[in-house]
Amino acid sequence: MTDSQTVTSGAITAADGTPLKKKLAQALFRSRVRAVSLVVPLFAFVMASFVIPIFALMWQGVYNDRFSTYTPNLTEQLTAWDGLAEPGEALFAALVSDLKTARKDRTIGRIATRVNQEYPGTRSLFTSTARKAKKLRAPFKESVIKTNKKWANIEIWRAMKLTSQDLTPSFYATALDGRYTVDKGFVAQNENRQIYVKLFWRTLLISASVMGLCLLLGYPVAYLLATLPLRTSNLLMIMVLLPFWTSLLVRTTAWIAILQSQGVINDLMVAVGITADDSRFSLIYNMTGTIIAMTHILLPFMILPLYSVMKTIPPSYMRAARSLGATPTAAFIRVYAPQTIPGIGAGGLLVFILAIGYYITPALVGGQDGQLISNMIAYHMQKSLNWSLAAALGGILLAGVLLLYWIYDRVIGIDNMKLG
Amino acid sequence: MVQAKDPFVSFKGVQKSYDGESLVVKNLNLDIASGEFLTMLGPSGSGKTTCLMMLAGFETATHGDIELGGRPINNIPPHKRGIGMVFQNYALFPHMTVGENLAFPLNVRRIPRAEVEEKVRSVLDMVQMMAFVDRKPAQLSGGQQQRIALARALVFKPELVLMDEPLGALDKQLREHMQYEIKHIHENLGVTVVYVTHDQSEALTMSNRIAVFDDGVIQQLADPVTLYEKPENAFVAQFIGENNQMSGTIESISKGIATVKLDSGDIVKALAVNTGAVGSRTTLSVRPERCVVVTRKSTAVSTLNAKIEELIYLGDHIRCRMNVAGDDQFIVKVPNTSGQLGLEIGAALKIGWRNDDCRALDFRELD
Repeated sequence: MTDSQTVTSGAITAADGTPLKKKLAQALFRSRVRAVSLVVPLFAFVMASFVIPIFALMWQGVYNDRFSTYTPNLTEQLTAWDGLAEPGEALFAALVSDLKTARKDRTIGRIATRVNQEYPGTRSLFTSTARKAKKLRAPFKESVIKTNKKWANIEIWRAMKLTSQDLTPSFYATALDGRYTVDKGFVAQNENRQIYVKLFWRTLLISASVMGLCLLLGYPVAYLLATLPLRTSNLLMIMVLLPFWTSLLVRTTAWIAILQSQGVINDLMVAVGITADDSRFSLIYNMTGTIIAMTHILLPFMILPLYSVMKTIPPSYMRAARSLGATPTAAFIRVYAPQTIPGIGAGGLLVFILAIGYYITPALVGGQDGQLISNMIAYHMQKSLNWSLAAALGGILLAGVLLLYWIYDRVIGIDNMKLG
Repeated sequence: MVQAKDPFVSFKGVQKSYDGESLVVKNLNLDIASGEFLTMLGPSGSGKTTCLMMLAGFETATHGDIELGGRPINNIPPHKRGIGMVFQNYALFPHMTVGENLAFPLNVRRIPRAEVEEKVRSVLDMVQMMAFVDRKPAQLSGGQQQRIALARALVFKPELVLMDEPLGALDKQLREHMQYEIKHIHENLGVTVVYVTHDQSEALTMSNRIAVFDDGVIQQLADPVTLYEKPENAFVAQFIGENNQMSGTIESISKGIATVKLDSGDIVKALAVNTGAVGSRTTLSVRPERCVVVTRKSTAVSTLNAKIEELIYLGDHIRCRMNVAGDDQFIVKVPNTSGQLGLEIGAALKIGWRNDDCRALDFRELD
């Protein structure tokens, strides 16, 4: 035994003389391999279907090479140009040659769309000039401006210079209601074109309201679930979980039937005489509708974490507080409620993060002012096909959620959270 | 029942039912004197904890009155009763430090801050836990939590303290230590304590009086010595300490001594404590340490043939399991004196007892 544990140069060795650490690593190697091989399929799946697509899309928010791909000559000239001096003959020549190629290859539409994202209202300028490009002769500057006076506007050239840069902050600028310019850097968008920041704030407001309402409505239910005798609480639990077994679409459309101006609630109000027939409440296709429907759908996500925390609080705490002289209210506020904070935190965070990215419900019942940022992202993904802007909006949303998560961690502590 | 002259706590004809079909507590009458240490002892489900909860105000009596200091408290909510309570699992608030836990009953009474600090310090001193004032309950051991729970129930100077199996979660050694500590605190402060436990040795160690509960009824209310020496019925005899029980029929009774014919046919004599008339069934109860192995010199009055089944050497005494009158679970404790007879397994001998040491009680099916 003594020589098997001899200390050679400070390290303990095993019986055969190899260092103990190495021996241990060898012994554990097989079990490590097994553990890793169990995780690999899921890891690969998540990487391929989630992580990589997300990063690819996020990358689109700052990288767009459409313009530079289809206009190689112009891009070269624009890079050389400082963006301040009047555009010279070389730029116009490059423009005409690239437009000719683009018209021949039928890529002019893509170029026009890309510049149009940067400088709205220029789409037709590109397509019409491209049609005439074949006939244009040197000096190109004069002949191009002759076809359309707009080409003399330096702003169009600046916009092209920006679009020619593959790596660009301008989508993030747009997503924050600003513009990136060659000469002045970031400037705020005109008042009447600012929509995104307002939408972000509205998303935060609606998510926070939904979270608050869920907490308000869910807390008493969770308390009942945790304290009622098993038979009653099981029935209650089934009622809480019932929405989970119904399609999201069915639940949302059910709200349409209930809330619309000729719907159940309004008919009832008119029948009872609370409101006149011609002044029915507008409960749907606005922010109210979004908040009501989302609160209903997200309520279980608040109740379940709260319930799981409350279940672990023995009734003796409340009894102890009472016996020590606290009124029922004081006992609740000072003894019971503080112990449910992990559940409030978990439920609140869960509901908030789900709400901030909610899409179907606001799309169906939100109308004009009940739309969330996710609806705008979907619009840019599916309708306007401006994926880069959609990616930038998504990136900002992600950053916002991470920021809130960080604040939550600092204030309440993430290890204090308890899910299910 | 023993009646205290000026009862501090008084149960008057109290009944309790949870489901409206059966009574958990059946007609409880109990007076507790001021400064007394009274233990409610009984197996689980005997109604003792329910009685405690009714006194604390967490359960309402279905019938009857509970009085505290002469006034009925049935309709007073728990927080206005001013009763300190120690719970089985301590119920220390996990989100508060030890100091905050102790200050809680004072803060809800809106006592000035300086006074709160003073009182917390003195009660911490009493339980010798001064160093732990800023710890959270989870950072304390079971015994330390127990002390804090005790201190919290005492810090607002209640006249009555209830304890619901407070030592149940501690290991044996610590439990015994805490028993003495609670006893000393009770003696020093002079508070009235109502203590619930199912551990009979705990009850015997600490109490002034013990109420033995079974089936919702107090079977016997007496001081520890009386309870052990003179059980009034077969349940108490069997529940407190160790006992050999035999069933038989009463042949005759003269001068308080009953002659009983055991089911095995043997005839023995026993003190008639709680028996019916001649011819009725009875349970005989005799403590293992009161049985002696009969030699020519011994003075046993009733003797029975016995056969040794098992011997357990315990140092100060030898525990013999014998077959006596058809019962092979009969235990006799033989003191380990010098000149001890050579006990060996399978040996046949005679055992016996003095008439006073065997008590003839109410008949109870043996289990």
